[in-house]
Amino acid sequence: MTDFLVRIHALSVITWSPFVGALLIMFTARRHPLAVRLIATVSVSVSTVLSILAYAAYNRDAAGFQFYEKAPLVEQLGIGYELGVDGISLLMVLLTSIIIFAGVFASWTVATRSQEFYALLLALVTGVYGVFVSLDLFVFFLFYELAVLPMYLLIGIWGSSGDVRPRGIFAWAYRETGVGSKEYAAMKLTLYLLFGSAFILVGIFALYVSAGATSFSFLDLEAASFDPRLQRWVFLAFYVGFGILAGIWPLHTWSPDGHASAPTAVSMLHAGVLMKLGAYGVVRMGMGLLPDAAASLVWLVGGIACINVVYGALSAMAQVDLKYVIAYSSVSHMGLVMLGAATLTEAGLNGSVFQMFAHGVMTGLFFALVGLVYEKAHSRAIFSMGGFGRAMPGIATAFTIGGLSSLGLPATSGFVAELLTFMGAWASAHPWWLVPAVAGTFLTAVYVLRVAKQIFWGPPSPHFSHLEDAKGPEWVAIVVLVAVIVVFGLLPSLALAPVDTATVPLLARILGP
Amino acid sequence: MAAQDLRDALVVLALPFAAFLLLGVVRPLRRRGRLAGIVSIVAVAAALVVAVRLELFGAGSDAVGLWPWLPGDGGPMASVGAVVDVLSRKMLVLVTLVSLLVQIYSLGYLHEESAPGLGRYFAYHALFAFSMLGLVLSPSFLQMFIFWELVGLCSYLLIGYYYDRPSAARAAVKAFWITRLGDLGFVAGIVMLWAATGTFDFAPLFAMAKEGTIPFEGFGLVMFLIYLGAVGKSAQFPLHVWLPDAMEGPTPVSALIHAATMVTAGVFMVTRAYPLFVAAPDVLWLIGTVGAFTALLAATMACVENDIKRVLAYSTVSQLSFMMAAIGSGVPRAGFLHLLTHGLFKALLFLGAGAVIHAVGTNDIFRMGRLFRALPGTGTVFLVGTLALAGIPPLPGFFSKEAILTGVWESGRTGVFAVLALTAFLTAFYMFRVMFVAFFGRAHAPYEHAHDAPPSMAVPLWVLAGLTVLAGLRLAMGGGEEHAPPWLLALSLALAVAGFVLAWAAYQAGVVSASALASTFPLSLVDSLARRRYFLDALYAGLYRGVMLGFSRLIGWIDRYLVDGLLNFLSACTLRGGDLLRGIQSGRAQDYLYGVAFGLLALVVWAQLWLRRP
Repeated sequence: MTDFLVRIHALSVITWSPFVGALLIMFTARRHPLAVRLIATVSVSVSTVLSILAYAAYNRDAAGFQFYEKAPLVEQLGIGYELGVDGISLLMVLLTSIIIFAGVFASWTVATRSQEFYALLLALVTGVYGVFVSLDLFVFFLFYELAVLPMYLLIGIWGSSGDVRPRGIFAWAYRETGVGSKEYAAMKLTLYLLFGSAFILVGIFALYVSAGATSFSFLDLEAASFDPRLQRWVFLAFYVGFGILAGIWPLHTWSPDGHASAPTAVSMLHAGVLMKLGAYGVVRMGMGLLPDAAASLVWLVGGIACINVVYGALSAMAQVDLKYVIAYSSVSHMGLVMLGAATLTEAGLNGSVFQMFAHGVMTGLFFALVGLVYEKAHSRAIFSMGGFGRAMPGIATAFTIGGLSSLGLPATSGFVAELLTFMGAWASAHPWWLVPAVAGTFLTAVYVLRVAKQIFWGPPSPHFSHLEDAKGPEWVAIVVLVAVIVVFGLLPSLALAPVDTATVPLLARILGP
Repeated sequence: MAAQDLRDALVVLALPFAAFLLLGVVRPLRRRGRLAGIVSIVAVAAALVVAVRLELFGAGSDAVGLWPWLPGDGGPMASVGAVVDVLSRKMLVLVTLVSLLVQIYSLGYLHEESAPGLGRYFAYHALFAFSMLGLVLSPSFLQMFIFWELVGLCSYLLIGYYYDRPSAARAAVKAFWITRLGDLGFVAGIVMLWAATGTFDFAPLFAMAKEGTIPFEGFGLVMFLIYLGAVGKSAQFPLHVWLPDAMEGPTPVSALIHAATMVTAGVFMVTRAYPLFVAAPDVLWLIGTVGAFTALLAATMACVENDIKRVLAYSTVSQLSFMMAAIGSGVPRAGFLHLLTHGLFKALLFLGAGAVIHAVGTNDIFRMGRLFRALPGTGTVFLVGTLALAGIPPLPGFFSKEAILTGVWESGRTGVFAVLALTAFLTAFYMFRVMFVAFFGRAHAPYEHAHDAPPSMAVPLWVLAGLTVLAGLRLAMGGGEEHAPPWLLALSLALAVAGFVLAWAAYQAGVVSASALASTFPLSLVDSLARRRYFLDALYAGLYRGVMLGFSRLIGWIDRYLVDGLLNFLSACTLRGGDLLRGIQSGRAQDYLYGVAFGLLALVVWAQLWLRRP
């Protein structure tokens, strides 16, 4: 199996298959909505099947980067097309596949310009896959930008606007910028992320130059040893750059507006996978390439993560717009991801990676469901809804399962992630991190169940009639995501066994022998 | 043989899980309602048979099976499995027995429900049976926590079974949140214990306690946090407020989950981990004190409650606290005995109350009256339950309560003993109050239509009543604690009889006026406080609405208008700045010419002033 995957260049196929799909959609499927969807389904199915196969075939005893591919691009500068996955990136590839597979079905009902929508969505996914599999920092950066830019069009054209009243001492600024509209959200998200990627680019070049300007390869840079002072500021640059994408406080405010305005599949992909890309960047590049700086700066990463956890949960509780609740819950959960990584313990780092996966699936499910509720009820205002459970029992059940995963109920993947993070937090150099982490799960229980009760329980709201449950292709997304949540919650070693082979050597590098 | 026992235990666990999977995944089956019920009942019945066989004919020795669950570099970080020993064998029988009877009863009780609703109900029941069995079989703290949360989930789902009633929806989330508050302590505690010892499993932890590696520094805090989990689940003060509200669920659910099984999980956990609690004497002292206090507090509230289910709910809180007080005083065996007997007769009482509610359509005991004539069968079994709970020999409540009082007395905790004795008196009083007001006394309405329960409800009632009597006789023949001093036996009996007499005098004979009694000074204070539930519900509501939601709104505002405001301020400044600078690009040649001229001038001045300088 492994030979077969290597021979067909599995990672390249996974990465480029959606891109080919996008091209096919643009050039062959004009005015054939069904053909658009079929091409999209086939192209992401290729990636999904291959990533599941690669996941199964990954050799856990050998560990390290596998399914390696390399082709030189610019030999004079040491730029190469170099791909490979280890336990961490493999899980992220699997996550991307699951989310985009569900996302294609969740956008089945997109009516306006679905051809362009699907093409952009697939191009975006190629960028995401590319980030996770590329081992050359230059190519990594190209994919990274490819993952960010289509977002602008997707939100700006297919998004929906919310309602934010200008208040407070900066009220005039709100009128100036047009807060609440989808154009504002798209612009804010794009500018913010590009701002972050400037930091990343500087960091990459700094490492490239100080390692002798011969290679952009991750493996070569990993072998080089950098001056601790250089490490510190490059680590901070990476932390800010990737951290913006991971939604670290106080640089997170693009995310609620962006996720709330984005169309369903884009929210799913963005909160589900792109935010993980930020956390992945911090772990892979920040901690992997700059071990000394990581060891000396984790107090900062962990401290801010604690703010994220509690602050995000409290903000989520304050929201009256359903999409904003989910968006802020991502801010809170990304805090747990960063917290787990900052513990520098095996349990914590495993928990962090597992949380990336668990939260990705869970938030993907949430955004899919919210999209469905919006489609049926044409409203996102939580407190005008009520009693939807009778008309949409399937959606209510799935929402409850997602909520339980988010508050860390056992038998869902969220529990395993949170438990490991707790274990890591208490065993770390900063045991008090356990307190905000545990408090965050309680606050999550409060806001999630409150929302679920308001929307699905109680007597039916008089404002809505003719509600109906999910149907047809919409079920695919829900069933797939719910199944993943439960299966990985019951059998966490499915994900943790390969992850552990990557986190243990990483920690050994950071903490020394 | 031990391997056989382990296999049997796993079969008991797997049967309800299979039923749940079947009902959860196969939608048409679930939506058939009664058929779904039969699937679940058959699975639990089979589990009961295996559990009884295990109890009666098992090898009798302890068996543990462990399988890795969380991988780690140096061996698994956590395992799951099953442990078969005296505790878990007895609990398997209790859980499967009560589950089975309650599910059969539900078929009759909920006969008017829609088929999909009934299917959902039985799917939850199957999940509950699985989770509770998993909990009692847990060989480690972690697995116990996993199933602990799952039974909490079932409780939440079943309290909210009538989900379109706002009161049920509220009660469900309240129960979840309040127990969750305790569970935070539980999970933090086991994580700390893991960090200190490297394991979640009971066996190595007990070995460490024996060797003396435990207690380590900070062990008291760890055990306190773990105990907090039991405070939430077993409704100890101050987290007991959810249990009375949980009566919003269907009555059979109250009997199974909120009386006989799930709420005893806290007691079971402390019993299971008793070797560790012994190493933290301060925590043990606290468990005893809080237990005694809660027992009394709940009993006073039961005395003033008019809703028959809520009386029983407060009584459950009170009896759970009896068990906790016993453990805290160093007699976990007595506490566990009371757990088993209480499970039988409290399920009986709840199901009896359900039959009454089913017949008359109200929960208020003062709107009932002289029901014994209309419902002789229900009245008889309810009387058996009342006598057992009040502690009249030879019913089992007498013996298990007796064992607790003896143990507490011998441990030298006189204060706890006195409080528990007073509670025993109140228990007899409030139970006979219900009995006299609802079943005897004056009839408040003609009950021509009220009649005894249909067979599917009556059979479980009679089976439970029969088992209660049998258990009592078994204990009377010497199964109980052997060394109770005679004066204590006399005291227990006297307390129960005193409670009976007072209730008779106040509510049947009318010799004493209950309202006059309640308005004399020290009692009037207790009466008014108890009627207001000691302001605890109001306190929680205030904390939730005022503090938590208020604080969240503040944070939400800060995030929207300050943190994000600053960003918008910066971007607005950029926009404005751009506007200002754009004025320069006017497109008129004269303006540009002026610009060039001024620029040239500035250059010349700069060159004159600075470049000349050597």
